[in-house]
Amino acid sequence: MAKKPAAVIGVGQTHHRAKREDVSMAGLCREAMDRALADAGMTLDEIDAIVVGKAPDLFEGVMMPELYLAEALGAAGKPLLRVHTAGSVGGSTAIVASSLVQSGVHKKVLTVAFEKQSESNAMWALSVPVPFVMPVHAGAGGYFAPHVRSYIRRSGAPTHIGAIVAAKDRTNALKNPYAHLREERTVDMVLASQMLWDPIRYEETCPSSDGACALVIVDEDVAKSSPNPAWIHGTVMRSEPTTAAERDQVNPQAGRDAAAALWKQAGITSPIDEIDAAEVYVPFSWFEPMWLENLGFAAEGEGWKLTEAGETAMTGRIPFNASGGVLSSNPIGASGMLRFAEAALQVRGAAGEHQVDGARKALGHAYGGGSQFFAMWVVGAEKPTN
Amino acid sequence: MSRTLSAPVTVAFDYTRSVGPVLGRFLTGLRDGRLVGARLADGRVACPPPEFDPVSHQAPTEFVDLAGTGTVTSWTWVSEPVAGQPFDRPFAFALITLDGADTPLLHAVDVSSADEISTGMRVRPRWGAERAGVITDLVFEPDSGTAAPASAPTGTDDVTGIITPISLDYTYAASPEESAFYRGLAEGRILGQRCPKCQKVYVPPRPACPTDGVPTSEEVELSDTGTVTTFCIVNVPFLGQRIAPPYVSAYILLDGADIALQHLILDIPVEEIRMGLRVKAVWKPREEWGTTIENISHFAPTGEPDADYDTYKHHL
Amino acid sequence: MRDVAVVGFAQRQLQDYDGSPTCAELLVPIFGECYEQTGWTKKDIGFWCSGSSDYLAGRSFSFVSAIDAIGVLPPVNESHVEMDAAWALYEAWLKIQTGEVDTALVFGFGKASAGVLRRTLALQLDPYTLTPLWPDTVSIAALQARLGIDAGEWDEAAMADVVNRSLTDAEKNEYAVRAGGSSVEDLLARPMFADPLRKHDAAPVTDGAAAIVLAAGDRAREVRERPAWITGLAHYTDALHLGTRDLTRSESAARAAAAAGGTDGVQVAELHAPFSHQELILRRELGLADDVRVNPSGGALAGNPMFTGGAIRIGEAARRIWDGTADKVLGHATSGPALQQNLVCVMEGQN
Repeated sequence: MAKKPAAVIGVGQTHHRAKREDVSMAGLCREAMDRALADAGMTLDEIDAIVVGKAPDLFEGVMMPELYLAEALGAAGKPLLRVHTAGSVGGSTAIVASSLVQSGVHKKVLTVAFEKQSESNAMWALSVPVPFVMPVHAGAGGYFAPHVRSYIRRSGAPTHIGAIVAAKDRTNALKNPYAHLREERTVDMVLASQMLWDPIRYEETCPSSDGACALVIVDEDVAKSSPNPAWIHGTVMRSEPTTAAERDQVNPQAGRDAAAALWKQAGITSPIDEIDAAEVYVPFSWFEPMWLENLGFAAEGEGWKLTEAGETAMTGRIPFNASGGVLSSNPIGASGMLRFAEAALQVRGAAGEHQVDGARKALGHAYGGGSQFFAMWVVGAEKPTN
Repeated sequence: MSRTLSAPVTVAFDYTRSVGPVLGRFLTGLRDGRLVGARLADGRVACPPPEFDPVSHQAPTEFVDLAGTGTVTSWTWVSEPVAGQPFDRPFAFALITLDGADTPLLHAVDVSSADEISTGMRVRPRWGAERAGVITDLVFEPDSGTAAPASAPTGTDDVTGIITPISLDYTYAASPEESAFYRGLAEGRILGQRCPKCQKVYVPPRPACPTDGVPTSEEVELSDTGTVTTFCIVNVPFLGQRIAPPYVSAYILLDGADIALQHLILDIPVEEIRMGLRVKAVWKPREEWGTTIENISHFAPTGEPDADYDTYKHHL
Repeated sequence: MRDVAVVGFAQRQLQDYDGSPTCAELLVPIFGECYEQTGWTKKDIGFWCSGSSDYLAGRSFSFVSAIDAIGVLPPVNESHVEMDAAWALYEAWLKIQTGEVDTALVFGFGKASAGVLRRTLALQLDPYTLTPLWPDTVSIAALQARLGIDAGEWDEAAMADVVNRSLTDAEKNEYAVRAGGSSVEDLLARPMFADPLRKHDAAPVTDGAAAIVLAAGDRAREVRERPAWITGLAHYTDALHLGTRDLTRSESAARAAAAAGGTDGVQVAELHAPFSHQELILRRELGLADDVRVNPSGGALAGNPMFTGGAIRIGEAARRIWDGTADKVLGHATSGPALQQNLVCVMEGQN
């Protein structure tokens, strides 16, 4: 049985900032939702169901905040789901919302993902000490830095590759009015910044942001109302353990398996030639070359060469994060959905100044936990043929 | 002896909440000693005002000052209060429909027994002297005669944010397999366990081998020497941090184990720490030992030649 | 829509479980029972989906190591909801409906005793105007119960009757953590805890885990002679705000029942009512006939492991189809304060 066609016809996001002190959590979500609904030419009352995603509840200190938010989000009287798959949640949430349409259960689904990180402190929330265990944990940066070191050792990449990524993404963000960090950075400036979690420097690190992202996903009939739907060509989720004996933490199998399944679903045989724009979850700069390999855009150990050659820039063979990516805006729960949303904007020709010329197929990617949860989709300007 | 080890954990943070325009009106009212409602699209007045109207989905714009007095529409007696509640002795929670409002507000009513509260009872606010613009600026009390007016507000700017302390106490338990490991450490032994299916040696042992989904079982005592597979130098200070930065957090593959353990590396200049470095546990004095990995103060170089990359590359 | 059935179910319910908050030690044998019931291995499962809560465990990402209990190398197609596992079942059902997979294993877990449950649940309320008062979950339910009593919708005797029947039925449920019926008079003679609720009107704090196996079409038929075919599955939510909804009703429960095709012909209903009066609300909102057998397992008053209590109701209902004691059953799950969010799963022996 084939999935029913589904398309994104509305995309909305907030202006992401370190502290959005002008809004409450509800206000933050509604800012993104109202933009997505306006884009879709729809009202909240027309929506069949709402899917909410966000990362740990400890960030905001509210247990299952979608419950108290139900009324403000217009979900009262509708089905409401809450997804939480760690950092990949924004992507997983969009996939669950898609499945509500692809299954034929609903026609018009609104999904919103958010994080209001300024309500607490992400480093604290991710590092609450566990008794008996050595308290060496130091947030996400502390978790991923050793694996970045392993990548550098395994690939033999020159040590400035991370800085190239950071400078590129931060510079791309200058073209994205919603981005949190909008300051030009050069490779030298990145290299001169403080080493936080050696080998990760300050400027190679994502910010902590308040922000939200929303999508309106509809069936084939409703999509006819849109001048530029982004059709969903494939969705995939894969998970593996946080730690396991001899687990590959640099090039995780779950990511490789997910990519292979995604390309197959989307009928893609040569990703680097067929994907016009990729929005990939890169919270620390070195994950760009790591994911280039994991996703099959480059052979193992070769990803950094694409980065170094400028092939991931907006004009390169495989533009990565034309929006500025996670390195420029990181409301954790929404970060994955922002990747999915930005991919949709690209194939709708609606990305504004950071539009990749002629983008017809784009990848949205998110990962979470200890590089163990993966969520991805391919969207296209054309309706899928299969 | 209990099957598992457990220890208390407190998860506490003072959340800083920006409240937005609608709640801001309500909370500013509290700070000023007033209860503020909002008119909804269907004509009703709600207090507290919803941030977005349930019918129109728009933020309410018409605010109404309420007298503050009201009627109990439902109540319960809190016979065993929990931490953080408005009183640390038994009290009543009630739904109170304020005069001029159509929907009830939940708050505490200060009465000394369940016999002193009833549905339909009239209540009035009792304002705190120092008000921050938070819901705990007041409680309710029976409305008998004249109420003391609220004291002058302590600020004049609109309330745009509040601080909400949240502190929760938990008892954390380790799995039986991990408990065996921590008990071994109390005797100065490092006890791993082998998965009966894949034969990999896990340290700490696992309630479920992540590859096979079965508990690790056969005990394997491991050496306290090993190889640094990879590491990070933590230079960032953060709230709740237990070790002062900079420190080196390393994955250490103990000899005989199939998975690395995270610990500290000391007794060597930070810039000399490298992948493949051979290290040995430095134990704290025996009298300081407990059932914790912290019995090992840190790992320090053994002085042996570095391990060959091929011996640990499949652990990265 | 594809024909999808519940074909496997296993559970554990405990008081003061001494193991880890991820409950991996409970999930391993539970999955084992599911494999035994179906004759499958983990490779037969197309999709995994779980429900749990970080705040119940007291730490962020508390669910990430629960999947170790599956054995997740090679990796699996998997998702997680921060909801009762009944909603994980909904997500899995959707996944099967899209045609992407034919089978799914849904699970939930939670160690409610790790913290002070009724206090922890105050974090589900409005964080600006309610949580700072720490209204505990029993107090909220008590306010709801009194509204119904004052309105003449029910009385304390009707509530005690629900308790008495539940705890009597629970005597035959090996997983119940509270069991033993007495009489309405005896129950009413016990002291108030949160007037008008007595301790037995509230579900006991329960730890536990559960798993449910779903399968489509022939995959279901290969497992059981009488799969519990899902003929209606729907869920809705109401506003949380205690002021703007009628707490003596549950509009979302009524909507879910209607969207699931109504409850005509239902013989057995397992209702997720953590408080005695909530069963009375649900009976009416779901439109259950007087002769419907409610909660033969003893229901949530006999044991209510957080984040699996709803899924367990679906599993318990499905068992009545498998063993031929009923032809049409209903499993219900609730979430949020005072029956805010409700899911209805109608299952039949023939589809």
